[in-house]
Amino acid sequence: MNERIPRWLIAVAALVYLFLHLPILVLVVFSFNSSKFSVDWTGFTLQWYYRLLQRPDILRGLKVSLIVGAAATVISAVLGTLIALALARHRFRGRRAFEGFLYVPIVTPEIVVGISLLILFALFKFPLGITTITIAHVAFCISFVVVVVLARLEGMDDNLEEAALILGADEITTFWKITVPQLWPGILAGALLAFTMSFDDFVITSFVSGSGSSTLPIVVYSMVRKNVEPSINAISTIILMVTAVLIYLADRLVRER
Amino acid sequence: MATLRQRALDWIYRRPEAQAWALLGPGAFWLLAFFLVPILIMFVYSVMPRGIYGGVDRGFTLEHYARFFDPLYLEVLERTFLWSIACTVICLLLGYPVAYVIVRAGRWRNLLLFLVILPFWTSFLVRTFAMIFLMRDTGLINNWLLKLGIIDQSLTILYTPFAVMIGLVYGFLPFMVLPIYASLEKLDLSLLEAAEVLGARPSARFRRVTLPLSMPGVVAGCLLVFIPALGSFLTSDLLGGAKEMMIGNLVQNQFSAARNWPFGSAASFIVMALVLAAVMIYLRVKDQTPGGSALK
Repeated sequence: MNERIPRWLIAVAALVYLFLHLPILVLVVFSFNSSKFSVDWTGFTLQWYYRLLQRPDILRGLKVSLIVGAAATVISAVLGTLIALALARHRFRGRRAFEGFLYVPIVTPEIVVGISLLILFALFKFPLGITTITIAHVAFCISFVVVVVLARLEGMDDNLEEAALILGADEITTFWKITVPQLWPGILAGALLAFTMSFDDFVITSFVSGSGSSTLPIVVYSMVRKNVEPSINAISTIILMVTAVLIYLADRLVRER
Repeated sequence: MATLRQRALDWIYRRPEAQAWALLGPGAFWLLAFFLVPILIMFVYSVMPRGIYGGVDRGFTLEHYARFFDPLYLEVLERTFLWSIACTVICLLLGYPVAYVIVRAGRWRNLLLFLVILPFWTSFLVRTFAMIFLMRDTGLINNWLLKLGIIDQSLTILYTPFAVMIGLVYGFLPFMVLPIYASLEKLDLSLLEAAEVLGARPSARFRRVTLPLSMPGVVAGCLLVFIPALGSFLTSDLLGGAKEMMIGNLVQNQFSAARNWPFGSAASFIVMALVLAAVMIYLRVKDQTPGGSALK
């Protein structure tokens, strides 16, 4: 069947792609522009990137982001994988309700999550800092990990596990030797997405980070509020590169069969 | 040691429910303690009187909800609602053609799809900054328009409702494309062939086969755009200036400068209630659309 796409439809799609990607492309190009104030192209430079290295707030923000990102990724990958295993392999009361509940964090606006956690931490006088940011990030990453790992589990062949059990391996050995290796691309993809979300999050983090624990996006936000300068283009470019690489890898893992 | 391990395995093996809950337990606890319970506490806060030092006092009151009948706040609610709807409609009009083209793009399909997935995951803050970079008075758009002689004085684009709308659409468009793509991809092509054989023209094939069968994706996309638009505050904060608030800005304000936590909680709970209402509508529509059950 040869369904031709009308020309005007292709034109609309092309314009939408331009709209989606041109602003980012412009942003990246001008991170290499030597003029500080003007948006005229005055020559290539890497000075805005060198400047970043001299800013303690940026470096500290990056450090906090990496610590939180690593911790939140590991915790949510483990907890999310366990939930996915329970949902795929076990029948229990309240299973459907729980599965529905898992989608609620995905559709809840970030601002609601942010302030409700702020209230919780304030109520229990829990000091805001790296710990509270990590707790919050895990809370919004778990559901995404579950969705990705569950998709992998559903496409998996469980004959291998049965074979291992019949051949005399116990449950735990079977889990580590058969289930985990097969599941690995799904877990890794979920972890990459979790890290990306943690690394990029601004709204929720802004409510649960204390004064000494600003993540990179919090630092960038305060820079944007102050004034528009080429260093913001440079740090934005770095954040974009990190995201692009992680998402590319996650995308490949999800498609792998 | 081995026997102990064996006995533990035997015990758990005989109890499938216990096994399931052992796997679920840690994650379920996390979501309960750090997602559900905080939202419930937030609700309790929203019906308590405001405390002197920023917290809450004992007691019960509906005054925070009553304040939303004040024209000032009613206007914020109305603006948030209208802007979110407008954003959703624009995203649908732009997003459907894109999803339609991707499905039929042959060998370009994976690349085009990736080019929608990428902005979906890209930092919202960075993307909003890209808009500032283009739209501010000394930004690229004004610079080029001046150079080309189309205008002789900078246009004010940034800090207008127009800028906020552009920013919202730019931010949430990928959320519309992906679910529509997913439902178009699953579409059974033999149905279109049948329609063609039976003499349906292309426009009729689209209207009577493709469109109805892609409705679940359309509804899901609308929901995924409408909800974050409703709760957005970064876009109106950075692109709209402080002038025209959306409800997200109101909430943020109450938790920073204004220090009125119960009122902020009430505003936030209104957002949450609207979201739940939207999800309910989605579930009902999904059950009723002809393609809904076929595509599950």
